[in-house]
Amino acid sequence: MEILVAASAGNVLVWIVWIAAALALLASGIAVVLFVNPFFSALALIGNLASLAVLYLLLAGEFVAGAQVIVYAGAIVIMFVFVLAYLGGRADAPWAGGPTLQNVVAIVAAAAIALEVIVVIALKAGDELSDTAEIGGSFGSPAQIGELFLSDHLLAFEVTSIVLLVAAVGGVILGSALPSLEDGDEG
Amino acid sequence: MLGPGIAAYLILSVVLFATGAFGVLIRRSPLIILLALELMLNAGNLALIAFARQLGDGDGQIFALTVMVVAAAEAVLGLGLIVAVSRKHAELDVDRLTSLRG
Repeated sequence: MEILVAASAGNVLVWIVWIAAALALLASGIAVVLFVNPFFSALALIGNLASLAVLYLLLAGEFVAGAQVIVYAGAIVIMFVFVLAYLGGRADAPWAGGPTLQNVVAIVAAAAIALEVIVVIALKAGDELSDTAEIGGSFGSPAQIGELFLSDHLLAFEVTSIVLLVAAVGGVILGSALPSLEDGDEG
Repeated sequence: MLGPGIAAYLILSVVLFATGAFGVLIRRSPLIILLALELMLNAGNLALIAFARQLGDGDGQIFALTVMVVAAAEAVLGLGLIVAVSRKHAELDVDRLTSLRG
């Protein structure tokens, strides 16, 4: 009996955390898209990534949640903020001057994507999606992820390093002030 | 599994994906388009991790980590392109960047 009470109390707690994270996720996602100043958009993305990390923890993805915070909030958003500071983030307001045809089409297209997938999920929610596998305590731990990366997915792991190397070289070439990329009189 | 089922996570993921797609379509600043692309990649990651939890299989999490690496590479190259373009053009507006001749 006490175990049942404890389990239902844990369930309520998980629901509360899930609802808070889901609301933060959607609100910060909309904020990223709608903020006029790109600097605030980049800051809203941090909130989005943090609430995603909470959801990953609820899905037993401890290592992915940690990597998410380190890679996205620690590296990608900081890079965005540096580029914004370098370029002097100019504001653009796409809805200035009333709704254009492009804005209306964008809303319809985004709503159509969301609607059709939600319909499919609702159709499948009763059978395939309702049963969830039992997992052990080590599921999603760094040890398990590392073991999978170094056994079944070794090729993906090695190709990943090449992708990162190519991206780093490309970033340096695009960002450096090579004479062939310059007009001559600028920095 | 405590809390909501997999379907709730998937609906959250598709709403986030639609938000990102809306941002890509509506905004004209290439920087915000890149930020909205990150939203779409993250929505895909959320669906992958939800399915990994449902099937009890770590492969989905491996895929999500690989997507994260690709997102980092994409952000580096996208920002590098924006910096390179901003050296040529005073204005950063994807509607006006109609030629690659420089």
